[in-house]
Amino acid sequence: MPKRTPLFERHVEAGGQMVPFGGWEMPLHYGSQIEEHHQVRRHAGIFDVSHMTVLDVGGPDALHWLRRLLANDVARLVAGQALYSCMLNEAGGVIDDLIVYRRAEDAPTPYRLVANAATRDKNLAWMQAARAGLDVRIEARDELLMLAVQGPQACGLALPLLPAALREPAAALKPFHAVESADAFIGRTGYTGEDGWEVLLPVETGRAFWDAALAAGIAPCGLGARDTLRLEAGMNLYGQDMDEEHSPLVSGLGWTVAWEPDARAFIGREALERERMAGPASMLSGIVLEGRGIMRHGQKVGTEAGDGLITSGGFSPTIGRSIGLARVPIGASGACEVEIRGVRQAARLCRPPFVRRGRVLLS
Amino acid sequence: MSAVPAGLKYTRDHEWLREEADGTLTLGITDHAQRQLGELVFVELPEVGSVLAAGQGCVVVESVKAASDVFVPVAGSVVAVNEALEQDPGRINTSPYGDGWLLRLQPASAAQDLLDAAAYQQLLDTTA
Repeated sequence: MPKRTPLFERHVEAGGQMVPFGGWEMPLHYGSQIEEHHQVRRHAGIFDVSHMTVLDVGGPDALHWLRRLLANDVARLVAGQALYSCMLNEAGGVIDDLIVYRRAEDAPTPYRLVANAATRDKNLAWMQAARAGLDVRIEARDELLMLAVQGPQACGLALPLLPAALREPAAALKPFHAVESADAFIGRTGYTGEDGWEVLLPVETGRAFWDAALAAGIAPCGLGARDTLRLEAGMNLYGQDMDEEHSPLVSGLGWTVAWEPDARAFIGREALERERMAGPASMLSGIVLEGRGIMRHGQKVGTEAGDGLITSGGFSPTIGRSIGLARVPIGASGACEVEIRGVRQAARLCRPPFVRRGRVLLS
Repeated sequence: MSAVPAGLKYTRDHEWLREEADGTLTLGITDHAQRQLGELVFVELPEVGSVLAAGQGCVVVESVKAASDVFVPVAGSVVAVNEALEQDPGRINTSPYGDGWLLRLQPASAAQDLLDAAAYQQLLDTTA
């Protein structure tokens, strides 16, 4: 039986087509995912992302543990700052990607992690194993609603809906920073390439926030638009563009690995160092189809440097053609071909993102 | 749930056929099919003049979710295609039995095993 967020009835009332996703029943769209996509690029949209795994981390060894658990270095964070990181296995493969927030000095725990939904059980098992012998407390905050308001008008429209004490600090947040009070947590983060907040609230205030956001003209948006928005923004999707068989170095995430200081022995470091020394065999590239048609996950890509695969592909509503991410041999660039339903079609490798802050970046 | 139009013939693969006064057949996909596919973003139509065998894939429709083949239920040659779909494939979503038609066929033989509206409705009811 799939889980439902406390907004399930709201989604159904709003016309949401509910589909299974990572053990949850979530809205795919509320009528038109393309229209929802445009709403976020041009105006404002709201997503229920309460299915994501929110973990509060504390205890005397919390910092030590996180510096061992994550490939990015939590020691770099100051209070109110966030960090994107992969959690790796010993072979350097990506178990999951997540965001770590260093919370305010007076918060109940120093850290908050937000990870994916579908990976929850294996993440928790991995974290437990890595905690052996350490005094670390991990608390799942399943009772919180998580809502993402995204788009050029999102913060302006949502500002009056925030708890009064948080309005001013939330408006002043820089990207990848967060602010919180007793019962609300607001991060200037997202998965769309637009400005916006991700807001964590208790159920009742969360429901009220959702209702008020819709009343303020913020469009409810589903998983379909979330996927095309993140793809245009060049952001990886766990399970497609990265997985346990591939390291961050071949998944376009080398920038998230903190090599300094040398002495920090994070899980997977030795494997990554070997891969870095040998030179990674592949890389994740952006790809644009020259003609009409749609690239899909798993299709073969032919480049001058050898063959590769589409890891994410789809239709870009902003650009009006098919874009994707592809794992291709290192050094591949420029013109290539994608095999779509048995026919090789002209495409071109490029550097993501494709769209950011409403602007098409393709040359 | 919108009604299944009377006067059309249907296949078990959720295509519809309309017999025109000049003896040609117009082919499209049903409202049920477009709902299942989701919003359409690309349609690949055959060349006018193509000769098709019964059961052959003749059109590719790609939605935000996936690509699907449309099969021609009767042999014949393509006499017209709905070129407006190249710019606006969403017509299939908004008007599957009207502006969203796919192609017109000069049949080489009589179509077989087609369902009338009542039988197609029954198929939908039993598979829903």
